Amino acid sequence: MRIFVLVKHSPSPESLLRVSADGKSLDPTCLTYDINEWDRYAVEEAVRLKEKHGGEVVAVSVGTNCDATLRKCLAMGVDRAIKVPAEPGFDASMAAEAVVDVLKCEAFDIVLSGFMSQDANNALVGALAAAKLDIPFATAVTELSVEGGEARAVRELEGGYREEVALPLPCLVTVQSGINEPRYVSIMGIKAAKAKELKDHPVKLGDATVSTERIYAPPTRRAEIISGAPLEVAEKLIELIRSKGVLR
Amino acid sequence: MLSDLTLSEEQKAVREAAREFAEKEFPKYAEESDREEKFPFELLRKAASLGFVGLHIPEEYGGQGMGLLAYCLAVEEFWRVDGGLGMILSTTFGSEMILMFGSEEQKEEYVPPVARGEKICCSCFTEPQAGSDIAAVRTSARRDGDNYTINGVKTFITNGSIADYYVVLARTSPGAPKRSMGLSVFVVERGAPGLEAKKLTNKLGIRASDTAEVYFKDVAVPQGNLVGVEGEGFRQAMDFFNLTRIHTAFQAVGIAQGAFELALEYAKNREAFERRLADFQVTREKLAVMRTKIEAARLLALQAAVEADRGKPDPGLTAMAKYFAARVAQDVVSESLQIHGGYGFMGDQAISRMYRDVRVLEIYEGTREIEVELLARSLLGELPSKLGAVRRHPLR
Ligand SMILES: Cc1cc2nc3c(=O)[nH]c(=O)nc-3n(C[C@H](O)[C@H](O)[C@H](O)COP(=O)(O)OP(=O)(O)OC[C@H]3O[C@@H](n4cnc5c(N)ncnc54)[C@H](O)[C@@H]3O)c2cc1C
Repeated sequence: MRIFVLVKHSPSPESLLRVSADGKSLDPTCLTYDINEWDRYAVEEAVRLKEKHGGEVVAVSVGTNCDATLRKCLAMGVDRAIKVPAEPGFDASMAAEAVVDVLKCEAFDIVLSGFMSQDANNALVGALAAAKLDIPFATAVTELSVEGGEARAVRELEGGYREEVALPLPCLVTVQSGINEPRYVSIMGIKAAKAKELKDHPVKLGDATVSTERIYAPPTRRAEIISGAPLEVAEKLIELIRSKGVLR
Repeated sequence: MLSDLTLSEEQKAVREAAREFAEKEFPKYAEESDREEKFPFELLRKAASLGFVGLHIPEEYGGQGMGLLAYCLAVEEFWRVDGGLGMILSTTFGSEMILMFGSEEQKEEYVPPVARGEKICCSCFTEPQAGSDIAAVRTSARRDGDNYTINGVKTFITNGSIADYYVVLARTSPGAPKRSMGLSVFVVERGAPGLEAKKLTNKLGIRASDTAEVYFKDVAVPQGNLVGVEGEGFRQAMDFFNLTRIHTAFQAVGIAQGAFELALEYAKNREAFERRLADFQVTREKLAVMRTKIEAARLLALQAAVEADRGKPDPGLTAMAKYFAARVAQDVVSESLQIHGGYGFMGDQAISRMYRDVRVLEIYEGTREIEVELLARSLLGELPSKLGAVRRHPLR
């Protein structure tokens, strides 16, 4: 089976956030980067599929600075890695376009990606890539198996519901965290990764579909303690709720 | 972590892998191993299966062959989370002696199982009357035909009650003209008749690590267990420490970094006088100075490790790194506890454990005073160190 997995080298949500001087981007100096949390599960799932069915796992990442994350994938058992040296930023459509450019040059049975990325939480790239490739897809997958030319996936829905879907191959699934327990990177894996291929796939991307007008810290909201006699407090509270448009 | 000017992609990957492992696994064991003084065998097995244990040991002897610095980076990351648990990377302690001075047969027999984490090694230098002054060793190894018979007591031995292999410094020539002469190193296997160990309990810190008193009563070892050259034990021990002190410096950098991170987090969240602690100028200075010292210590430790990986550790640079990093670690951990106030003192916070764990760093692998002495000897040309290369000032 030919398995592709999309990974992002992305800032940790625990990083210090600082808006750059241009007011339109984040200052990267304070950010700590790692493989996107959801992609870790996708890589594990991809490697497990290979361990079960044989074949090859290829990791694809878009970014000029994603070598460490791709090497981590190789150390976790991915066979080769493709880096698309482009910076789509928060433009999910452009990121998807970059990925699709790679996938069009390759044969694949299934593409896995993380459900979303830990920086922007858009959950778009996987779905957009599937649409551009015109292949079936399932999002937020918590269980996955491949048998007889189709993938069976359990999707997580709102309110604790699950949905089971079958997708003919080739297809794309975005993986929810918790689908498996990602393995640790081993020293043996790091050494093995050294001999594996990590190649660039340059692309010419079209026009941006998103432009950022302004990035800013949300105004700090203050808590208010309402004091007074119970009746007074209740009245103030009702007034407050009404003023926010919750009560009419 | 900033100081990665000299790190290869692979070394960075090792550091990150070690960090992820320690961050996810150590919290499961830290508190209990400390409280119960329990050696974390399960954690050791996990770490070994991922290749963390024999990182610095050459591949031909079962290790990962990644060099000393890679090993040190793992030590730093492990100690950043917990010092006692970080000692699982010291189950190879002593195998370096065999690698440096042992015969090919000894290396093939003893090193691979230790490098794979299947067997545990320990080094027995210290005796009740011989600590810093290891030339005062009284344990004797008397030649009896094809055997040596070892008698004596060793104390404060890391891994002493759980080890499979004991690397032992003993006196082979009692009448030698100088105390540092006539010492030799042997390897003794667990279960040798007359070899006994008693775990020492109630240590102040690194309580997950095993420390024991080891007794040798007429322990017979074949001649083939002599490691290196008879009578050269003291010099071999000095070379051994020049190497192993480097990872001790990284233990110090790791625990200091961990304590700093806890302090920063606490200072940003704890409020007093209607402000965050991090808004007080006094706290801000503490944090700034702590972080600066850690970075300086890390650079010294890196320098010592890089020097060793280039061929041979420099005794002066090693002593400098170990002295300074261990000193910085005391200061930083203490200041971090200070920032935690009463919550740091009451004992349920990681910083309380760090405060106890950090203390050993200025005692073992050469006390602070001994490191200073080695530094001074290096400066004065009494030891073969780059530090001895001092230019004469033109205005002298
Ligand atoms: C947890 C732990 C684990 C250990 N693990 C091992 C191990 O695995 N193997 C092993 O062999 N040993 C081990 N040791 C022993 C350790 O190496 C010694 O404790 C250390 O060398 C100091 O020796 P000492 O305790 O006898 O103190 P002493 O040497 O008696 O020193 C007491 C004080 O006097 C100072 N002093 C001594 N000589 C001088 C001098 N010339 N100039 C100035 N000041 C001096 C010292 O710096 C110290 O402050 C361990 C110790 C501990 C606490």
